[in-house]
Amino acid sequence: MKPEKLLYAKTHEWVAIEPDATGGKVATIGISAFALEALTDLVYIELPKVGRSLKAGEAFGEIESVKAVSDLYSPVDGTVVAVHESLPNELESLPADPYGKGWIVKVKLSDESSLSNLMDFAAYQKQCAEEGH
Amino acid sequence: MATALAQTPLHDWHAAHGGRMVDFAGWSMPVQYTSIVAEHMATRNAATLFDISHMGRLRFDGPGAAAFLDSLVTRRVADQKLGQIRYALVTNDSGGILDDVLVYHLADVGGNSYWLMVVNASNRAKIVDFVEPRVADALAVTMADVTFDWSMIAVQGPRAIELLQPLTELPINDLKYYHGAETRIAGHGGIVSRTGYTGEDGCELILGARAVAGVWQSLVDAGAMPAGLGARDTLRLEAGMPLYGHELNESIDPLEAGLGFAVNLAGRSFSGSEALKRLAEQTARPRRVGLTLAGKRVPREGYSILAGSAIASGAPVESTPVGTVTSGTFSPTLDCPIAMGYVAPASAAVGTELAIDIRGRAEPARVVELPFYRRNTKGIRT
Repeated sequence: MKPEKLLYAKTHEWVAIEPDATGGKVATIGISAFALEALTDLVYIELPKVGRSLKAGEAFGEIESVKAVSDLYSPVDGTVVAVHESLPNELESLPADPYGKGWIVKVKLSDESSLSNLMDFAAYQKQCAEEGH
Repeated sequence: MATALAQTPLHDWHAAHGGRMVDFAGWSMPVQYTSIVAEHMATRNAATLFDISHMGRLRFDGPGAAAFLDSLVTRRVADQKLGQIRYALVTNDSGGILDDVLVYHLADVGGNSYWLMVVNASNRAKIVDFVEPRVADALAVTMADVTFDWSMIAVQGPRAIELLQPLTELPINDLKYYHGAETRIAGHGGIVSRTGYTGEDGCELILGARAVAGVWQSLVDAGAMPAGLGARDTLRLEAGMPLYGHELNESIDPLEAGLGFAVNLAGRSFSGSEALKRLAEQTARPRRVGLTLAGKRVPREGYSILAGSAIASGAPVESTPVGTVTSGTFSPTLDCPIAMGYVAPASAAVGTELAIDIRGRAEPARVVELPFYRRNTKGIRT
């Protein structure tokens, strides 16, 4: 996926919205390259279970680097429909391909209104530039 | 209002070479250039360079310097031969640790002796305030804070001596561990000491602030990898070395910190000595231990250490805290989480099964002997 086409949460998760077979929408969620570069040296990721319902802003997992631990926050309201089960054993794919093989969970949206709080690529880049200083 | 951070003479070099700069004790310092793990492993397997110019350097001159320092620190230092360096502590009246320091007894090229005390950056102002009135009352000793005139770098790792030797006329292999000497380094006057904070062989160099950038670049050109404070922390933790502000503070005394080797009480008087004599009789106080964990979740500073064996990974926290984590990380060398902390004596024996409350879930941990990592000391003179 192209990072320019994605939506972003203030907490550095990215979101790709795609239609599913039932006419609903599914959000694929991952962590931005900017956040992964700041984390470095990943050692552990904890993933949620399929079927868990999430509210936007709710922590659904955690990621640890040698240096620190960070929560992973859901950018959307919905239900977890898929989890990248092999990711804990191939953490290197996160920084190597953050918008592809590094996806974390897929969430079927229950309410699209949470999408309006997300940023486009340009706005997110601006936030990163401000945090980088 | 933000206060301007102090900069070391290598600040521009760090910024120009990808150093990720952070505020550390009021100094702008590199936490890493590449990754903590890469810099850590380069220290264990080859050689790395650390800018430690932010540490405080206090120089003591005069015929009364030896007696003065002996009255200041927990360890006997007046008997230090020229070239000897000792680890010691400065304690308050209650025996709490004001700082952990290195005391150098050195001679200049003319053969005149002087003393140097290297203190933590975060404690420099406090120690200067502590020492100044005492120096004023003492006989035949002066103190100068030379922190900003001199700089300090560490070259650490199994290849450190090989890379450094061509820059100095001092035969480094003749320098014993915890010894140092004034010499020429790349044509500049400076001090080479066989010390460090990583658990590896290596040296720390003290140089004039104008000379350090050239020596640093020469060592980089020779193959030493620059490393930041992140790797310095994981390395010292593997080596079981306490860090001020984490394992050490003013309410912890050297005996519970496991630093009894650096305390001489018999026949001596220093700030805190009376309190330490009383504390030495009290065996029920918490003590510093090392812990390893089998899982991947990492214990961090402030997490509770729990009693109880046979706790399953991820179990809800039910048992009573017996202590607190002071430092924790994922050990790149051991490939598991490690931590140091203080626990009640009943839980401190090596082999004791405990657990750590990692954000609401218990993870099994075991008390292990410190250090976590010990280099192959074959060939190292001590």
